[in-house]
Amino acid sequence: MSGDENASADGETPETDGGEAVPDVGMPGPEPDERTSPQGRRNSQGIRIDPEVEAEHEPRRAVISAIVDDEPGVLSRVAGLVSRRQFNIESLTVGPTTVENHSRITMVVEEPDPGITQIERQMAKLKPVVSVGEIREDAVRTELVLLKVRGEEPEKVHAVTEMYDGETLDAGPRTITVQLTGDESRIDDALDAYRQFGIIEIARTGQTALARGDTPTAPGEKPGTAGEPTQPDTTTHR
Amino acid sequence: MTDRDEPHETTAADGAADAATDGGTTAAGSTAADEATEPPERADDGAISAPTTGAEAVVAALEAAGVDTAFGVQGGAIMPVYDALYGSSVGHVTMAHEQGAAHAADAYGVVAGEPGVCMATSGPGATNLVTGIADADMDSDAMLALTGQVPTEFVGNDAFQETDTVGVTTPITKHNYFAGDADEVGETVGEAFALSSVGRPGPTLVDLPKDVTLGDTDREVGAPEAPAGTEPVPEANEEYVAAAAEAIEAAERPLCLFGGGVIKGGASAEARRFARELGIPVTTTMPGIGSFPEDDDLCLSWAGMHGTGYANMAISHTDCLIAVGTRFDDRLTGGIETFAPDAEVIHVDIDPAEISKNVHADYPLVGDAATVLDQLTAAVSEAPDAADWRDQCTAWREEYPMTYATPDDEPLKPQFVVEAFDEATDDDTIVTTGVGQHQMWAAQFWTYTEPRTWVSSHGLGTMGYGLPAAVGARVAADNAGDEDRDVVCFDGDGSFLMTLQELSVAVRENLDITVAVLNNEYIGMVRQWQDAFFEGRHMASEYGWMPEFDKLAEAFGAKGIAVDDYGEVADAVTEALEYDGPAVIDFHVDPQENVYPMVPSGGDNAQFALTEDQL
Repeated sequence: MSGDENASADGETPETDGGEAVPDVGMPGPEPDERTSPQGRRNSQGIRIDPEVEAEHEPRRAVISAIVDDEPGVLSRVAGLVSRRQFNIESLTVGPTTVENHSRITMVVEEPDPGITQIERQMAKLKPVVSVGEIREDAVRTELVLLKVRGEEPEKVHAVTEMYDGETLDAGPRTITVQLTGDESRIDDALDAYRQFGIIEIARTGQTALARGDTPTAPGEKPGTAGEPTQPDTTTHR
Repeated sequence: MTDRDEPHETTAADGAADAATDGGTTAAGSTAADEATEPPERADDGAISAPTTGAEAVVAALEAAGVDTAFGVQGGAIMPVYDALYGSSVGHVTMAHEQGAAHAADAYGVVAGEPGVCMATSGPGATNLVTGIADADMDSDAMLALTGQVPTEFVGNDAFQETDTVGVTTPITKHNYFAGDADEVGETVGEAFALSSVGRPGPTLVDLPKDVTLGDTDREVGAPEAPAGTEPVPEANEEYVAAAAEAIEAAERPLCLFGGGVIKGGASAEARRFARELGIPVTTTMPGIGSFPEDDDLCLSWAGMHGTGYANMAISHTDCLIAVGTRFDDRLTGGIETFAPDAEVIHVDIDPAEISKNVHADYPLVGDAATVLDQLTAAVSEAPDAADWRDQCTAWREEYPMTYATPDDEPLKPQFVVEAFDEATDDDTIVTTGVGQHQMWAAQFWTYTEPRTWVSSHGLGTMGYGLPAAVGARVAADNAGDEDRDVVCFDGDGSFLMTLQELSVAVRENLDITVAVLNNEYIGMVRQWQDAFFEGRHMASEYGWMPEFDKLAEAFGAKGIAVDDYGEVADAVTEALEYDGPAVIDFHVDPQENVYPMVPSGGDNAQFALTEDQL
């Protein structure tokens, strides 16, 4: 790389380069503040920006649906990926699909846009992941919650349950357990209403979701063709 | 060992004897009485024609994959596989430590261009591979690791030498497999082998429970096949290519950045054609060293933390960065806010997940490096008008020469040693390194002109990589019939101490390698940082005492030479290179020498320091 004559390996102490004076310590050349500087800037997400404006993508909530091979360890591979790359995950559900040996993973994440794209692309690289993509905003989403409240006022509890189209699963002298389904905000509202009775325990599944109409939920899926395997999607990232 | 069909390096049986007698961490752990199997039927070439056990299926899969040599260490749970290797066409080099096996396999793969194979037993054998697997993962090197495992019925019971190897290696492999059945294990090993090199390369692993390798099968094993859907499309989207071509034509300050992907994708010829036809200056990343000849007028060498001043000036001022096969590691970019801040980025990569991961790609071109570079070369109708820019790059090259002072009253400079070796060897010489100051000097002061000649630990930064890597590189060169190629390992004293037991392998196998220890009796890079950022407190970086490496080498049976002065360098280099077998030169170099230029962590590439007071 240097090609200087001091590369000659024959002499005693080699002569230093005749042209530029080589300092005893370090290397020659203009100091940092004597150099020209580029004008531009990038934000922390690596996107070029107007130096006057500090624009960054704000985090948003996204629902990601993946079809995966139903093999041992697949959930831990997905969960491990999400955690080691420090993606902010709200919930993750997994269950069977119409195709034998395939499961669907539905994941709610809160990330800026570049992060959401990263999650999809990193997941797509996992071998058991057949297909993965974000579900559009208008997708059908729902969540199931079980909650146990104090049973002192059974009529009032029942009324709230009716109001939110819930179902009473267990009613005893001390506790009442109900089941609610719905989108996240509706469930949050219901929980607020139950709070007056004293909530003892809650179990929430996290959101699961399907795309509306003929739109495939995960890329490559063919709605209405139950039993046919999903085709791996080779065009997603191109 | 005389009744073999074919003489080969070291075979399984040698290793088995070692393991049974030395009682080390990975020594045979279970009784062999119920495990004796008949030797497999073999074709004339030694290949297993019809496997009857899982272990034979594993070896048949390696044979079908054309594996020449595996690197490993024996032990209880992997014994059936080693037994099936006995007399196989797959050679085996028994390493001193499993970490060495993984690094040797990794380096073998880098030099040979096909996946290296390493083997270890369960438990400590597998965990000792972990560093080497993580290293291969970070550098996207194709490699297959085979690990023994306790019998399936014991898995999960904390059995002797049990580790959840699949669990431990999931984050550091491209994919890993737990072999569940003797009928399928051959196909699984073949799939893992193929998967490691398809698309973006990376390490794969197959965990082999002993009952599976001992289990019966009559399934024949075919050629390795990657899983469906993993074969990437080589061409990039034509519209994006056309748009990128327009950006290149319009650029005033275009710059190529060639990464390790150019070498892995076999795209060095295409990369050279692209840059030369269009007259675009070239920088590389460290893993991309050798993708473009450093003696070419267009080449500015490598950019990043310790890259050349001219490369860092160019990458900071370019208005169009054509980045190929790079993942924009933080050691390259420095602070992301100041990285190539004026540049539109054209990013060519086989892995879509690398697009806009760290640096936003204005023109994402997902595809094979060679194919996409040819697409781009064809799509650009007019070379950019970059004469002024090329002059500017030349001016920077003159302003920031890569040089060093050699005052009479100071000890031997390490850079001089690197240059002396470069001068004494041919262009096809393979250089391996450990990690630290010596690695940077080896990268800076050697003029690399060919791909697959620079073999180092980049992403993981594994001290101790150099010597086992030299073993793997030597075997790969020998297997290819290139016995005359030199293999030189530059190591630091600290790095060398981490894996120097692999000298025993180099001596036993009579591997012609030369180890140049740039011995400054420090963990030198840490010492340099302590001087710059920790007010010179040399906590745990200063040895004050070092073994005499030349005598240590002699004790191993290698050639040992010690060098103190400039006048001794040339003769020692010649003597070591001419010695037929492993030679170690202990160069006592200036302990105070620092690596420059330097961009501090997260700093601005254009503000690289040339002396400590500029940091």
